[in-house]
Amino acid sequence: MLNRRHFLKSLGIGAMAGLIPKTSNSSSTAHESNPDAWGVLVDVSYCVGCRKCEWACHESNELGGAQMSDFENAINIDETRRPDSKNYTVVNGYEACTVGSRDCFVKVQCMHCLDPACVSACIVGALEKNPEGPVSYDADKCIGCRYCMVACPFQIPAYEYDDALAPRVMKCTFCFEQNLKVGKRPACVEICPEGALRFGKREDLIHYAHSRIEKHPDRYYPEVYGEHTVGGTSWLYIAGGSMVEHGLPDLPDQAPPRLTEVVQHGIFKNWVPPLALYAFLGGAMMVNRNGGGEDE
Amino acid sequence: MSEQASRPLFYPLRTPGMWINLAIIAFGLFFAAKRFIFGIGSVTNLSDQYPWGLWIGFDVATGVALAAGGFTSAALVEIFGQKRFHHLLRPALLTAALGYTFVALGLLADLGRYWAIWHPMMPSMWQGNSVLFEVGICVMCYLTVLYVEFAPIVFERLKEKGLGGKVLTWIDSVLAKFLFLFIIAGVVLSCLHQSSLGNLMVIAPSKMHPLWYTRLMPMLFLMSAIAVGFPMIIFESLLASRGFKRPYEMHLLGPLSKIAAGFIALYAIFKIGDLTLRNAWPYAFEASYQAAFFWIEMLPCLILPAFLMGMRRVRQSPRWLFIAAALYVFGVMLNRINVFVIAYRPPYAERAYVPALGEFAITAALIAGLVLCYRLIVTYLPVMPVLEEENR
Repeated sequence: MLNRRHFLKSLGIGAMAGLIPKTSNSSSTAHESNPDAWGVLVDVSYCVGCRKCEWACHESNELGGAQMSDFENAINIDETRRPDSKNYTVVNGYEACTVGSRDCFVKVQCMHCLDPACVSACIVGALEKNPEGPVSYDADKCIGCRYCMVACPFQIPAYEYDDALAPRVMKCTFCFEQNLKVGKRPACVEICPEGALRFGKREDLIHYAHSRIEKHPDRYYPEVYGEHTVGGTSWLYIAGGSMVEHGLPDLPDQAPPRLTEVVQHGIFKNWVPPLALYAFLGGAMMVNRNGGGEDE
Repeated sequence: MSEQASRPLFYPLRTPGMWINLAIIAFGLFFAAKRFIFGIGSVTNLSDQYPWGLWIGFDVATGVALAAGGFTSAALVEIFGQKRFHHLLRPALLTAALGYTFVALGLLADLGRYWAIWHPMMPSMWQGNSVLFEVGICVMCYLTVLYVEFAPIVFERLKEKGLGGKVLTWIDSVLAKFLFLFIIAGVVLSCLHQSSLGNLMVIAPSKMHPLWYTRLMPMLFLMSAIAVGFPMIIFESLLASRGFKRPYEMHLLGPLSKIAAGFIALYAIFKIGDLTLRNAWPYAFEASYQAAFFWIEMLPCLILPAFLMGMRRVRQSPRWLFIAAALYVFGVMLNRINVFVIAYRPPYAERAYVPALGEFAITAALIAGLVLCYRLIVTYLPVMPVLEEENR
């Protein structure tokens, strides 16, 4: 009969072999950012909250069910709206960013992260980071698990919960197919009458944003939101105040996929841990084949 | 293993409990029909803020955890050679096979595009960075392994009835030779996906309550799954003995609960150590519903059962052993619900998520369906052990 201490010890080792992630030199798939990738810089201090971007987005992405007049109501400062399955972008109002200035307005949409949590989470690769910048969604692959929505630190992807047959994950497309690919800027950027949205190479936009802040330290809070946030985002913000106080989440610089993929790829490093566990258990089985003594 | 080890119970099916079961299933089917005709939104309180709710927290995550009796008992008996427990293997295997089957069924209700559930199997859509992909593939492989492991039980009954002829005998003998490969694979696959299930929420650090968010979640999930395997077997065995008016298998359950006590205590130590290293204890004393759920998970459903099962008197009393096992089973369920639902705090939530009636109804129907299948299978297939007095 096998003694119990030996049994527990060997079972314990077996369990540990399966769960210790070999994190040390794990092959990180950290996103190599393309220097030519597109981005948009939102200069909050220019936005007047006219909501024309909301309407243009609605038209360009054929979201349906709304008239231009639906986007003409003034923004209610006491209400925080969120993008949903019918609106890829919304503009919210906040009290003055800096002392003496007017109310400020913040456009919200998918940030098109450089190392997106949704892309890492997606079970079938329905979400994809394009080297040009946009994070695109392919409904034909999607199984509707909504893990992307759980993973997104900006709480952006919305879902068509009322579609029984083929619901989709809905989020800003960067107008990739209809505009960027034919040399046009995204619909919201095209329509903005105040120049609050600046489209360009992300690297150029970061330089530009910093030069703006340097030139007008009285007008800008010294931060380019999105430069480093969650590993960097394609959409960037500058404003008279901290973006965290104006509706954007306070997030660390580390991209969320770096947390999970290190474990994931550790567990499967060259298939060694699963095979080692298999071999160990097989060995234990052989050793104990005649152990355990008589039945009953 | 002797041929007379297990037998069909042929216990009458028309009992009041079974009628209640059918009623629960019918109630759930009504909401299931509504869900498939009018969409997820028509029966759930899920939203853009809360994309995952009761169905993921209970039907999937808890379902997988509570089916851990399958691989822990296989490891104990088949791999580590504790043959005296072999009577517990078949019921545990059946529970695991049914548990994972109903996880898959529950998932069909939750997936927006349930008809595309096969997509992760297509190499063109493989996504090796996705934690969910790893969980999905492992669960799928393990479900296959469980069916293969269960096949000999079906063959045994068919042969008894003189069906299948030489072909079946041949298949059965070939399978018997290679079954050990599947048994080991089942344990490996279980370790992989039980831990990966704990890695799922690691990707959402900013949304998770610090009482549960730790990068050690994969390890804690695996440890708690291993720890809940034997208590789940004890819980079911006592319940089945009572229901089928058979003697309690205390000579097996007592020693089993002693092993279980060790695993529960080990998990509790790691859990407490993790909370301490992360300086997370202050959050436990805040006035929040998360703190309340945390204490229920920790005290009556983790520390208490660990102590109870450590006591000889508890291990000798069917009633007390049942209470101890049930407490810890409930505790692991609560842990999974806490991680996937209670701890999830989206930055722009307007209100907390509370499951809708339809969500509860479908979850209840899944449990009732599982119990019904269990009843049918132990009635007609040789799953339950032959009692010693019957052999004499």
